[in-house]
Amino acid sequence: MPVIVNPEKCKGCEECLSSCPFEALVMKEGKASVNEYCQACMACISMCPEGAIIETEREVPIGLDDIHAYKGVWIFAEQRGGKVAPVAYELLGIGRRLADDIGTDLSAVLFGSRQSEARELIRWGADKVYYSSDPIFEHFHDEPYAQLLTSQIMEHHPEIVLAGATFIGRSFFPRVAARLRTGLTADCTSLAIDKETRNLLQIRPAFGGNIMATILCPNYRPQMATVRPRVMKRGRYDESRNGDIIHIKSDGLQSRTKVLQTVKEASDCMINLQEADIIVSGGRGLGDPKGFQLIAELAELLGGAVGSSRAAVDSGWIPYRHQVGQTGKTVCPKVYIACGISGAVQHLVGMQSSDIIIAINKNPEAPIFNVATYGLVGDLYEIVPLMIKKIKETKGLST
Amino acid sequence: MNIVVCIKQVPDTAEVKINPETGTLIREGVPSIINPFDMHALEAGLQIKERVNGRVIVLTMGPPQAETALRDAISMGADEGILLSDRAFAGSDTWATSFTLSKAIQKIGADIIICGKQAIDGDTAQVGPETAEFLNIPHISYVRKLEEITDTSIRVQRLMDDGYDVIESTLPVLLTVVKELNEPRLPSLKGKMAAKKAEIKKWSRADIMADENDLGLKGSPTQVKNIFTPDARSGRKILEGTPEEQVDALLLELRGVKCL
Repeated sequence: MPVIVNPEKCKGCEECLSSCPFEALVMKEGKASVNEYCQACMACISMCPEGAIIETEREVPIGLDDIHAYKGVWIFAEQRGGKVAPVAYELLGIGRRLADDIGTDLSAVLFGSRQSEARELIRWGADKVYYSSDPIFEHFHDEPYAQLLTSQIMEHHPEIVLAGATFIGRSFFPRVAARLRTGLTADCTSLAIDKETRNLLQIRPAFGGNIMATILCPNYRPQMATVRPRVMKRGRYDESRNGDIIHIKSDGLQSRTKVLQTVKEASDCMINLQEADIIVSGGRGLGDPKGFQLIAELAELLGGAVGSSRAAVDSGWIPYRHQVGQTGKTVCPKVYIACGISGAVQHLVGMQSSDIIIAINKNPEAPIFNVATYGLVGDLYEIVPLMIKKIKETKGLST
Repeated sequence: MNIVVCIKQVPDTAEVKINPETGTLIREGVPSIINPFDMHALEAGLQIKERVNGRVIVLTMGPPQAETALRDAISMGADEGILLSDRAFAGSDTWATSFTLSKAIQKIGADIIICGKQAIDGDTAQVGPETAEFLNIPHISYVRKLEEITDTSIRVQRLMDDGYDVIESTLPVLLTVVKELNEPRLPSLKGKMAAKKAEIKKWSRADIMADENDLGLKGSPTQVKNIFTPDARSGRKILEGTPEEQVDALLLELRGVKCL
């Protein structure tokens, strides 16, 4: 174990038990003891009033001989139907900052799509774009994506490789990390460089957003992470910016999966939940599936997307892809408007990192008000139509 | 056909609360459950078993008490449970976890491997795809519907950001599933009896013939540097007055922060 309890010092006060996020401290015969769940986070050490919990000497993991041979920051620019996804520009924003911090180049990797899109990536901050126009990339298949990215990383040795924490990024990036025998941190909300070691500090929520963890990958390269969409700021767009587009060979790519059909699901609101600036969500308090017409009207007016609580999905009022929360999507828009959602923890963990939360609920005691920036207590069927009317008036005046 | 379902015993994160004074998690009285997404993976495995002639083997890695999760799975209809438990596995990140699982799956021999899309304690969604890579088999993430299964192939619907793909794969394959896929069944009386009697296989490092350098904390490329509590939200404001006054106040606030 990386952490042990000195049984002579331990008084059995149980102070340490609640400090462990991993349930790794248990009482055995009146003394605390560390079990297999221990993740070496060291949270317990300072909790012990007796100083009985100590860090054992860490076994040095088998790492790379020369991690300093790895140079450069890469971002994976995902595309859907040929169009580069918005998260790619956010990755260029954070990637540029990290590259400047360690004095290195920023490159983007683009599979499929068009050369004009590759050029756009340069204008958004990339120094180089590794580009393949192989037709195998028309649809998303994990294997060829993973094969080509892996071989490019092995050839060029970047020290940091980032992708969006999207359906695509979270699906194929793990294969790349597995094959390269390196670390991958999921769904980061903040990234920084430790300038002394050039280590990437990867910060991400865990336990349903209840805690944040800083993850390091000190002995392996590249350091890989997926980054939550809509968290990082885009860089500066410069139309005159120049860079190289490097056409990469993609011989022998294979896929054992085959996409037979791609179905875009027509939705009342076509904006993707995880990319929306504004989300209007409805819950059980709507009382009726028709309530979502009102929600959709407000969302459309604000140029936002429609979300929902699990209760509304389980009642069959709205499809699952709208569900926000622990078993649905995690979102962080600029404005989240919760209508008739009481705010069960499972819902809160999916939206509590939104910039501004507006809660509309009849019950002033509803837990949603605990995370709300602005709370409106009342009938949503009175409040939402008023909002629609007044926003329309404002828009009418300002145009 | 061997169907392996990978499950994880997790604390019910919805029950986890923060001690406001120390900023640490309060875990007392927080129940351990089977990761909710894994319940859908198990249900999918049981449904496939009913369609083709197969066996469902549930596999978990964890401390000895994770055995209860395997018994729960057997009570729902799984045929067999295997517990990977060894001090050498402690502190595994997703790389080492996937490596360990893949070694066990190689030993079992599987045609279809099913995982939940992610575990609710770590939320990484990485162990499924990484395991598929170690096994050198294809995987399909975010499966929301099983369309067709034959002895050599499978066709499913894969959830994507803007809709879904109909996608097929050769077998063996690894699937990660979303909750939309199915409604997990309840344990039957017969299942509960079977769960009581079932003999859970316990495998250690030696049983899967893995190199210690690839396991646990030692085999994990990532390290948890520290853990902290997110900043509490501030600036909470309950608006007052009639609905109209509240709406006016809200719109004024929003204009102030340039949100409308």
